[in-house]
Amino acid sequence: MRFDTVIGLEVHAELATATKIFCACTTKFGGAPNTQTCPVCLGLPGALPVLNKRAVEFCIRAGLALRCEIAKFSKMDRKNFFYPDMPKAYQISQYDLPLCRDGFLTLDCGKKIRINRIHLEEDAGKLTHSTGTERYSLVDYNRAGVPLIEIVSGPDLSTPAEAVEYLEKLQRILEYLEISDCKMAEGSLRCDANISLKPIDREELGTKTELKNLNSFKALSRALDYEIKRQSELLAAGQAVRAETRKWDEAKQQTLSIRSKEETQDYRYFPEPDLVPIELDPAYIAGIAKSLPELPDEKKQRFMADYGLPEYDADLITSAKRLAEFFEAVNAWYFNPKAASNFIMGELLRLLGEEQLKSAEIPVNPASFGDLLKLIDEGEISVSVGKQVFAQMFRTGAAPEEIIKAEGFKQISDETQLLAVINKAIKDHPQSVQDYLGGKEKAAGFLVGQIMRETKGQANPKLLKDLLHRELEKLKE
Amino acid sequence: MRRVSEEDVKYVAGLARLNFSADELRTLTGELNRILQYFAKLNQVDTTGAPPTAHVLKVKNRFREDTVEPSLPREEALKNASTVKDGSFQVPQIME
Ligand SMILES: [Zn+2]
Repeated sequence: MRFDTVIGLEVHAELATATKIFCACTTKFGGAPNTQTCPVCLGLPGALPVLNKRAVEFCIRAGLALRCEIAKFSKMDRKNFFYPDMPKAYQISQYDLPLCRDGFLTLDCGKKIRINRIHLEEDAGKLTHSTGTERYSLVDYNRAGVPLIEIVSGPDLSTPAEAVEYLEKLQRILEYLEISDCKMAEGSLRCDANISLKPIDREELGTKTELKNLNSFKALSRALDYEIKRQSELLAAGQAVRAETRKWDEAKQQTLSIRSKEETQDYRYFPEPDLVPIELDPAYIAGIAKSLPELPDEKKQRFMADYGLPEYDADLITSAKRLAEFFEAVNAWYFNPKAASNFIMGELLRLLGEEQLKSAEIPVNPASFGDLLKLIDEGEISVSVGKQVFAQMFRTGAAPEEIIKAEGFKQISDETQLLAVINKAIKDHPQSVQDYLGGKEKAAGFLVGQIMRETKGQANPKLLKDLLHRELEKLKE
Repeated sequence: MRRVSEEDVKYVAGLARLNFSADELRTLTGELNRILQYFAKLNQVDTTGAPPTAHVLKVKNRFREDTVEPSLPREEALKNASTVKDGSFQVPQIME
């Protein structure tokens, strides 16, 4: 039997506001447990929530970037359930009148993935379960009340790869909008997936399962792969797929049933009486629309068109807004896009990784970097020396000229000086010379490598090659 | 109008983690059905063209600025907890 896979994603993103959604407690990550709470976010009797204006604005930014319609009239609702991470025994969310609906996100192949809705809600606290024989859980309410948006896609994704691409694009867009940190590892971006299989000759959708605990792109992809295999085996054997919630178990690399849909909770949604409705002025929404930045896909296309970058480079450099801005700043100072791109993709990303820095924390001055590219283009230093200089610029913040001077990095373009090293190399490596004279042109490459090492990469590469060939040709006679 | 059964009341009570005796269930079922009769009366009103009510107040758009203010000291936050451990509220273990 052959099946079509039908996947929809529910993505939660924590909004990067300074305060929580209904109170003035800080949203800072990593504070000591229960030091960022107040009567509102602890759900103490009599405390009243007041909606954070910026949370509404951020939700609308996401909605506009994802081509949603923004509701003229919206409200908050209560979703009732008991769980210790939710101190009020209800979550304030949005039910029938979400702030944003009916948008879409376009994949690279041109396929449009519908965004059914984006709504605003509050996050829960954090539970830590005991591991010993004594069974208890500890609750930290620092995260309770942090604003979230939930972005619900249509059931339009057909493969795990499409699901990953959708999530990557979504993450990139939210990061560009500067409304969320989008760190899956820290839980500021979380993803649940609905997946069902449908025999290709049928119209109606199959029974779906909901997958939770997908804490990384890899987990998302593997959980979906696993579920496709599990469901197709069941269906092929004539068995039914149960409507249930399943959890991705990272250690076992499989999905495990945690709740059947028959036990689905009855949330008894009703309008939140403690908060008044939201009625947005079209001029306010238009103002937000005007303030939206250039989005990742537009930027990528522009980088390919205006800077002549290959798609691979453009994609990587626009993967983070700050990285793209850095690239543009460098080229505004000294225009050599491909050289800048090579340094960014090779050296800069490696150094950032080593130092565990974010692209917002690039310690290199873009003008200095432009100067470095210019010095390379003018033949003052070679590319390989340029890389050493760049690493020092990254670590010390010094200007390239200073580093070149201090380290004596200047390119050796003096013929006499170079000839001395060349002749030494010819004397030290008779075998390579024999090979070259015997017709193996490649042997010259080895000699160039030796000379570069001898000169710490400072030999002017073009002059070196010319001189070496001249000297080797002399030996032929 | 559909009448509320004792089963319905038991279900709703269960959702609210409430336990009632058979006597209480019978009383509550009667009371709830009487309340629902008021709604039946409201349902007779012609509401064509009336927008759904989202809130009883006419007020809209009450927001706060995104400015941090001090939170409660932890001792205050934990003061009413029945059990505290390592600066956290301690609760019976519930795992999904
Ligand atoms: Zn608070």
